Amino acid sequence: MGHGQPIATTRCASGVATGKLAVWWVLGSEIVIFGGLLACYILYRLFHDQWSVEAAHTNTLCGAINTFVLLTSSLFIVLAHKAAEEGAHLKAVKFIYLTIAGAGCFLVIKAYEWSGEITHGFTITKSLFWSFYYTAAGLHALHVIGGAVIMAIIAQDVKKKRHMHRVELIGLYWHFVDIVWIFLFPLLYIAK
Amino acid sequence: MGTVHHSPASQSRLASIWHRYLFSTDHKVIGMQYLFTGMAMAIIGGFFAYVFRMQLAFPGKEVLGYGLVNANNYNMLITNHGAIMIFWVAMPVLIAAFGNYLIPLMAGCDDMVFPRINRLSYQIFLLSVLVLIASFFVAGGGFGGAWTSYPPLSANPAYNLTPNGASLWLLAVALEFVAFLLGGINFITTLMNSRAPGMRMYDIPIVLWMIVIASVLFMGSVGPLIAGAVMLLFDQTLAIGFFDPSKGGDPVLWQHLFWFFGHPEVYVVLLPAMGITAEIITVFSRKKLFAYKTVLFTTIAVGVLSFFVWAHHQFISGIDPRMANIFTITTVIISVPITEMMFVYIATLYGGSIQFTTPMLFALAFLAEFLIGGVTGIFLGASSADIYFHDTYFVLAHFHYTFVPIAIIAVFAGLYYWFPKMFGRMMNDKLGHVHFWGTIIPFNCIFIPLFYLGAAGDHRRIYNYENFPDLMRGHMQDLRIVATISLLVMLAFQGVFLYNFFSSMFRGKKAGKNPWQANTLEWVAESPPPHGNFPTLPVVYRPPYEYSVPGRSSDFWPQNEKA
Ligand SMILES: [Cu+2]
Repeated sequence: MGHGQPIATTRCASGVATGKLAVWWVLGSEIVIFGGLLACYILYRLFHDQWSVEAAHTNTLCGAINTFVLLTSSLFIVLAHKAAEEGAHLKAVKFIYLTIAGAGCFLVIKAYEWSGEITHGFTITKSLFWSFYYTAAGLHALHVIGGAVIMAIIAQDVKKKRHMHRVELIGLYWHFVDIVWIFLFPLLYIAK
Repeated sequence: MGTVHHSPASQSRLASIWHRYLFSTDHKVIGMQYLFTGMAMAIIGGFFAYVFRMQLAFPGKEVLGYGLVNANNYNMLITNHGAIMIFWVAMPVLIAAFGNYLIPLMAGCDDMVFPRINRLSYQIFLLSVLVLIASFFVAGGGFGGAWTSYPPLSANPAYNLTPNGASLWLLAVALEFVAFLLGGINFITTLMNSRAPGMRMYDIPIVLWMIVIASVLFMGSVGPLIAGAVMLLFDQTLAIGFFDPSKGGDPVLWQHLFWFFGHPEVYVVLLPAMGITAEIITVFSRKKLFAYKTVLFTTIAVGVLSFFVWAHHQFISGIDPRMANIFTITTVIISVPITEMMFVYIATLYGGSIQFTTPMLFALAFLAEFLIGGVTGIFLGASSADIYFHDTYFVLAHFHYTFVPIAIIAVFAGLYYWFPKMFGRMMNDKLGHVHFWGTIIPFNCIFIPLFYLGAAGDHRRIYNYENFPDLMRGHMQDLRIVATISLLVMLAFQGVFLYNFFSSMFRGKKAGKNPWQANTLEWVAESPPPHGNFPTLPVVYRPPYEYSVPGRSSDFWPQNEKA
C-alpha cells in the first residue's frame, strides 16, 4: 500500500516487545498441537504393552546423536543472539549458519535412519506405533526444515545489519523445536 | 470486469481497486472481506437448510432450485450446513470481521500490529472457502459424515463413499483453523501492546476483551484437533488406522479430540456475541455496565471451565459412568457463570432509559433466546437425561437456540449498531424493526416444534420419516411442515435485511461521527474511518461506560474527552 509500518506496531503497552509476544503466541499454538498428538500416543502406549515390541526396532543411537546435534545447534543460536545484541552482525550470521548446519545434519541423520527402517519393512502402515513414529517425527522434521528456511532469510537481513532483533525471535522458536525433540526422543526411542 | 477498456487511466484505476479491496493490509478492509465472505457463506448455508428442510417436510418431492434429494445429497447438505454455519459464518463474522474492524478502532490505534499477517490470514481463509466449495463438486460428491466427522465413517472411503469429498472437507477445515490462528496473533498482540495511551486494563471495552479471550480459547483448544485432523487425513489417504479399531486404533479418541475443541468453540463464538451485546445495551439504556470486573473475571472463568466439559457429548460412546458423572457436574457448573452474566446484563438494563432501536432489539432478543438454549442444555448435560435425548431433534433444537442467537441474532445486533461507522450512513430503523420481528418469530416457530419432536423420539439423521411409521404418528409430520414453513418465512425476511443493508450503504441518512452518542473510541473517528483511522491518535481518560454520570449536562462521556 506504499506506506510504512503502522504506529500500532511500535507501541508497547505490555512492556513485552510485539514481535516476542507474537512468537510466544505461535509457540503456544504449536505446544497444543504437539501436546495433542503426544497425549494420544502416550494414552495408546499406556494401554498397549505390545507396542514395546515394535519400539525395540527404533535406532536409539541415531536418536541420541540427533539429540546431541539439536542441542548443539541451540547453543549456536544462543551465541548468534548474543552476537546480535552486541552489534557484531557478521559474527551473528556465522552462528546462524552454524545453526542451519545443525538442522541439515539432523535431517541427514534422520533420512539415513528412516531409509534403513523403511527398507526393513517398518513403514508408516506397519502398525500404529510406526504410524505415530512417522507422524510425530515427521511433523517435527517439518518444523526443523521451516526453522532452517526462516533462519536463512533472517541471516540475509542480519548481514545488512537489519532486523537484528529477529535473531532472538528465531532463537525462541529453535529452542521450542529442540524441546519437542527432547520429548520425542524418550517417548519414541528410549521407551522400549 | 472483462469488458473494461484498457486505457492506461482505467487500468490504473482497476489496479488501485484491486489493491485497495483485495490486497489491502488495512484492518477495516480485511474485516469487510471477512464480513462479506461470511455473508456469502451464510447464504449457501441457509440454502442448504432450505433444501433439506423441504425434503423433511415434503419427502421425495422435487425441491425448487435443487431437484430431488437422495440420501447422499441429504447427508452432504446437513454436514455442510453445520460446518459452514460454524466454521465459515460464525467464526469469520464474529471473531474475524468484528475483531479486525473493532480492535484497532476501539483500542485507539491506526492498524493491527502485523498488517501483512492479517492479510495472509484472510487469504488462507479464502483458500479454505474455495477448497470447501470444490469439495461439493468432486467425483463421489461432498462429504456427508456430519460436521463432527466421526470415524470410522469419516476415516474409511469404503464407508462414507466420498473418497475425495471427505479429504477436501478436512483440508478446508484445517486451513480455516490456520487462518484463525494467524488472525489471533494480531488480536492478542494488538490489544496487549497497542492500546491508546491511558487505556488501562479496566478501560478496555468488554467486546475487545471477549474477542481476545475467545481467540485465546480457540488457540488453546484447536491444537489437538489439528493433530487429529492430520491423523484422520492419514487414515483416509494412507489407510492407516489411528481411529480404526480393526487396525488397533480407537474411534472414541477422535471424539475426545473433536470435542476438546468443539465445546470451547461454543464459547469462542459466544463470547464475542456477549461482548457485542454489552456495548449495545449500555449505549441504548444510557447506563454504565453493571459490574465490569465481574463480567471480565466471569468470562475468564467460563473460558477455563469450558476446557473441562467436553465429554458431555460422549455420554453414549461407552464412557465410564463415573467419568460421566464428573462431566455432568462440570457441565452444570458452567451454567452458573453464564447465568451470572445474564443477571449482570439485566441489572445493567434496570432503571436505564431504554431506547428500542433495531440493534437494541436484537441484543435483547439475543439474551432472551440464548437463555432458552442454556436452559435446555441442562437436560443434555445431565448424563441420565442425555441418554434418551442423545441424537434427537431435542439436541438439534437446543444447539440452534445457542448458535442462532450467537451467529445470527447477535451478528445482526452488531451490524445494525456499527453499520453507521462502517459505511458512514444510517440503516433504516423501520425496515430494521420489520426484519427483527420477521426473524425472531419464525425462528421460534422453527425450533420449538423440534424440541417437541425430539422429545417424541425424532432421530436426527433420518432423511425420510415415511420409512419410520412410528415417527409419523399424530401430528409429527405436521410439526415438521410448520418448522419448514417457518424457515421459509425467516429466510424471506432476510431479503428485507439485504435490501436495507445495501440500499442504506448508498442512500442512507448520513451518520456523522457518533450517531448513537456512545463513549468508545471508534466513535471518535470519521464515519467511515480513513486508512490510519484517526487524524491524531486518541488518548484515554476514563472507562468506556460512563453514561448518565450525575452532575454532567450530557448523558455520555467519551473515553477520550479530557474533562
Ligand atoms: Cu458441549
